[in-house]
Amino acid sequence: MVEYLIGPFQYDFMTRALIVSVLVGITCPILGAYVITRGNAFLGDALSHSVVPGMVVAFMLGISPFFAAVPAGIVIALIMGALSRRTGLTEDTSIGIVFAGMFALGLVMLSKASGINVNIEDLLLGQVLGVTQTDVYISLGLTALVVTGLYTFHRQLVYTTHDSVGASVAGVRTSLVEYVLLALLALVIVIGIQAAGIALVMAMLITPAATAYLIARRFVGVMLLGAVIGVVSAVVGLYLSYHADLPSGPAMALVATLMFALAVVFRRGRGRPADVQE
Amino acid sequence: MDISNPSIKVEKVTVERGGYAALTDVSFEVEPNTMLGVIGPSGGGKSTLFEAVAGLLPISQGSIELLGSAAQPGGVAYVSQRDNINWNFPATALDVVMMGRFQNIGWFRQPGERDREFARICLDRVGLWNFRESLVTELSGGQRQRVGIARALAQEASVILLDEAFSGIDVGAQEGIIEILQACVAADRIALVSTHDLTNMSERFDKILCVNRSVRAYGAPDEVFIPDVLEDLYGSHTRELAHGHID
Repeated sequence: MVEYLIGPFQYDFMTRALIVSVLVGITCPILGAYVITRGNAFLGDALSHSVVPGMVVAFMLGISPFFAAVPAGIVIALIMGALSRRTGLTEDTSIGIVFAGMFALGLVMLSKASGINVNIEDLLLGQVLGVTQTDVYISLGLTALVVTGLYTFHRQLVYTTHDSVGASVAGVRTSLVEYVLLALLALVIVIGIQAAGIALVMAMLITPAATAYLIARRFVGVMLLGAVIGVVSAVVGLYLSYHADLPSGPAMALVATLMFALAVVFRRGRGRPADVQE
Repeated sequence: MDISNPSIKVEKVTVERGGYAALTDVSFEVEPNTMLGVIGPSGGGKSTLFEAVAGLLPISQGSIELLGSAAQPGGVAYVSQRDNINWNFPATALDVVMMGRFQNIGWFRQPGERDREFARICLDRVGLWNFRESLVTELSGGQRQRVGIARALAQEASVILLDEAFSGIDVGAQEGIIEILQACVAADRIALVSTHDLTNMSERFDKILCVNRSVRAYGAPDEVFIPDVLEDLYGSHTRELAHGHID
């Protein structure tokens, strides 16, 4: 058993993978707590697919995908936000249009780009065992940025999430807060894609946070417990990925889903429904 | 009627939404210590008026002054319609009241002892200190409105807006909310309360503003709550409301 747990870390790539997995396990759920309480899961899924063109550009330039995916993710997140604000279309329609268009663009670019060595399966399903030392440093930096951003804007984000109109009246710049949240979401998704892949980063974003939501009473508790569940899911998924030779994304997603299923079965009541009348 | 030192002065205000005039040429003044009921049909512009007074909507013409300054976000406290609140958000009653301290705390500080004490006093004032650890989703409709009022008190605003204050709340709970608001008004605040419920208007409000795209009437309840005004607002079938009660 000890060999099962310790043995993999004789390799540097496993140490790097562990660090990134822990960072993904922390950042995805603390941001995911906002995603699930706002009903923004589709936005997160769309954003993860929409950064593909940015990542392909990075591969073509021979640089870390972060350098293109982070700005691309932020710009796309802002476009999605602006589109739903400025058109008469519903939010999910605007998001769906950008989602499908950008993902299609990314796949076309990937099929036509020559001279790049990218495994589409790794991109879609994640391959945390392949992260480089540079990826680790950038992930650490982005995690620090996300945590700092969430801490700095915590009260504004909480107020806006609970009561956007009331927050505006109280002087909270809710448009700025929304854009900050979108930008942080883009950062978290780019961090998460390394481990969970484009297709399954959603699992790390919403499933641990949703599991925590079933257990914790208060929002900060959802964030913190979500981070614990996220780290457990990511690290256990990492071991499964190493020992069973699985793509890391599905391994982590399955562990997170199993923990969610256990919470559903064993959770205590969460109080009265929201639409209760007197 | 001119008030020598009005706390709210709305002058010839027109507000456009989606290319049409939601409010036209609206003028009225409110003095301190006033509980103002705002009535009118659905779609008549009550919420638009509140958003304009709160500084959330740009006005096309005219001016709105609160305590001598132009209306802007932060100047008033707002108790939102229940449909505008995200009830999935897991916050306790005390968490929600503490949100009202946003401007007093500042960006990079955490709530201090003074903020916590202030929030405690506000929650106590609406009679919900014993429910401080309850999630707002666990509270009844009337209790949620009282939490909203406590949040408004925590904001230390002189003007409190309650949009559709009594929607989905039984009469007993409504009376409790009115008593709390009357205590707020007695402490030099102004409360603007929009409502569809026309029960006991004369006992509840100092003045009533009737709005249907423009001001149709404004004054003391016994001046406003008359058949001609109500018919103008709601149509001929509402004449019986003038007696002050509906079944």
